[in-house]
Amino acid sequence: MVTPQIKNEPARNSKQGFVYLPLIAGWLVPGAGHFLLGKWARGAFLAASIVCMFGLGLAMQGKLYGGAHDILDMLGLAGDLGNGLLYIVSRVLSLGADQVQVTTGDYGTRFIVVAGLLNVIAAVDAHNLRTGRKA
Amino acid sequence: MFRPSHFLAVVLFALFASVVFGITQRETPRRMLHYGIYCFVLFSGAAVVLSWVMFFIAR
Repeated sequence: MVTPQIKNEPARNSKQGFVYLPLIAGWLVPGAGHFLLGKWARGAFLAASIVCMFGLGLAMQGKLYGGAHDILDMLGLAGDLGNGLLYIVSRVLSLGADQVQVTTGDYGTRFIVVAGLLNVIAAVDAHNLRTGRKA
Repeated sequence: MFRPSHFLAVVLFALFASVVFGITQRETPRRMLHYGIYCFVLFSGAAVVLSWVMFFIAR
């Protein structure tokens, strides 16, 4: 009776703690959820992709949504918020364009929104790894 | 300021999205790579095909 309990101990320990930490960390900092779980390579690739996409969006004079005036703005703001601290810091530093004035600015705006959505997917993936839903 | 062509923007978009899709939607590194390449080809290929469709519609 004692042996099975000892064998199950590490598996039970891996489920203890705050299971939403990788989700929240991954949302705030791209790749951080995977780093917390020791998935260094996956986290590095995710972080590089999301940060590059966000950075290129800003470099293309993409717009950061600041308020929701209509339904499209709301969707854009929701996408931008997915970037976590990248969005907050960029807003504080007044990065990005207020109005899209060049063609590439429109591409840049989409890059920023999609980077946020990809970051949410990555954070949920980290949560699934934490809960054992994914290997 | 970074001013890519439309095609370069499509390729960059496809690259970054494919990396995230590959890692998050598959479990083993080999399958992640295959799925990432598959997504990249689909993203880029669809953009090229739709561009030609729009070209012929506009003529």
